[in-house]
Amino acid sequence: MLRPWQARLLVVESMWTWYRRNWRATVFSSLLSPVFFLVAMGFGLGSQIQPGGLTHGYSYVVYLMPAMLAAAAIQNAAGESTFPILSGFKWSRVYWGMTATPITPAQVATGQLLWILGRLTFSLTVFAIIGTALGAAAGPGIVLSLVFAVLTGMAFAAPLVAFAATVEGEGDKFNPVFRFIVLPMTLLAGTFYPVSELPAVVRPLAWITPLWHGTELTRAAAFWNFELWPVLGHVAYLLALSAVGWFLTVRYFRRRLEV
Amino acid sequence: MSVDPLVLAEGLTKRFGDFEAVAGIDIEVRKGEAFGFLGPNGAGKSSTMRMVACVSPRSGGELRVLGMDPTVEGPKIRARLGVVPQQDNLDNELTVRQNLQVYGRYFGLSRKHVRDKAAELLEFAQLADRADDEVEPLSGGMKRRLTIARSLVNDPELLLLDEPTTGLDPQARHLLWDRLFRLKQQGVTLIVTTHYMDEAEQLCDRLVVMDKGRIAAEGSPSQLIDRYSTKEVLELRFPPGEQDPEPVRDLGERVEVLPDRVLVYTTDGEAALAAAHTRGVTPVSSLVRRSTLEDVFLRLTGRTLVD
Repeated sequence: MLRPWQARLLVVESMWTWYRRNWRATVFSSLLSPVFFLVAMGFGLGSQIQPGGLTHGYSYVVYLMPAMLAAAAIQNAAGESTFPILSGFKWSRVYWGMTATPITPAQVATGQLLWILGRLTFSLTVFAIIGTALGAAAGPGIVLSLVFAVLTGMAFAAPLVAFAATVEGEGDKFNPVFRFIVLPMTLLAGTFYPVSELPAVVRPLAWITPLWHGTELTRAAAFWNFELWPVLGHVAYLLALSAVGWFLTVRYFRRRLEV
Repeated sequence: MSVDPLVLAEGLTKRFGDFEAVAGIDIEVRKGEAFGFLGPNGAGKSSTMRMVACVSPRSGGELRVLGMDPTVEGPKIRARLGVVPQQDNLDNELTVRQNLQVYGRYFGLSRKHVRDKAAELLEFAQLADRADDEVEPLSGGMKRRLTIARSLVNDPELLLLDEPTTGLDPQARHLLWDRLFRLKQQGVTLIVTTHYMDEAEQLCDRLVVMDKGRIAAEGSPSQLIDRYSTKEVLELRFPPGEQDPEPVRDLGERVEVLPDRVLVYTTDGEAALAAAHTRGVTPVSSLVRRSTLEDVFLRLTGRTLVD
């Protein structure tokens, strides 16, 4: 008999088998795209920005790097948590194959989230290494930034996977997610400038996004500048989103596969 | 010696909202036999199969698979089943071999074991020369054979095949049946759903005829034909709308009228044909044949299997 965690890890293993063969197709979206942003915005546009109080005294690219980690986590999470999930139910139908074995729908759900966790960790680590090599890291705090960025990604991925498990049709419902959630979040949640610079009416919109909380954390870690209660608050918010998302993912996978 | 049945269902029911897909059926599948569900699309065959496969909870009645209750011991039962679903769910972006290996791992089998098993199954499915090709470009028949090979990766005691040859060309179907015969000879218990009467006759030792969620009849193919049909059938084809059963009605035990032909059920088809000619009946063409399960189904439900 399969042990419960073995079953979840076997789901991860099967996705890893797929990735080993097909990773090339994912390189642009998961890796090159954030590097381009870092280079264009950080070095290019950033060359015109004076280091000052808002950039914590660092050059703009160093200011941008930890936030780009969190933003890249959101981008990656969005890609991994939408069409691949719908495909598992509808096009490749691999979830149906898995659940004909001793593996249960709930274990497939958790295994899928674990796989996304692994993907985020891997992609963001490579991105962090590239950024550090380019001189965009303020110091060893970037390692903790990386951990917070992964958490940020999961706080978005888990609820999104749960949503994707309810999507039928051709996935048209994902377009509003990209247009009205991912893009505005990337532009407004404090990646490129502090949220305090936004008009007061827009600020609350930034505050509810996981990316704003993640950006606060990745910057605090990168510049090793922690304030206890805000840090705890941000971590709690991201953990809560992840936990609720996980719970709903299991629930909706079961609902869809146990019919 | 009595052997516990591998599948035992009593009053098994599946409802989707107000719709009753399976309306209380009793079945018993014994070790080593090939058991069939024959019926048209929508008869409740697939719903039944999914309940037996322990992936779909039953709405009512009793069900035991391998002596266990699927509600309680689903994973334990599924570990000993092989499932060929109606719709392929192979991973098209992996190779043929990887599909077998990955699937074997889901059962907790070791990497070494699934490697050896995959090699063996590739031979069985006659796919050894495509082993390291991606699945996507394979033909429908090859994908189906791979799905069957995959279902055997855990050496199942019971193999469930839902419409195994639907959509395949005749040659691919015969190749597939040949593989299934081999499994039968090796003692694997098979449960097959089909809406092809030739498939049911070829594969099944015993079958139930299903219609609208219920079992209409049960027996071996020959028993069913004996019980519900005559030895021979005379088919008289007419241009659509011009078929008139009246002149031949008394030439057999029973007459069925289809859109393009009249079927006369009789013990002696040739004699009935001669008599029809004597009476001046002039069909476009005529044919004397043996009764099949199609005739049984027509008798039981008043409809044909494949519309």
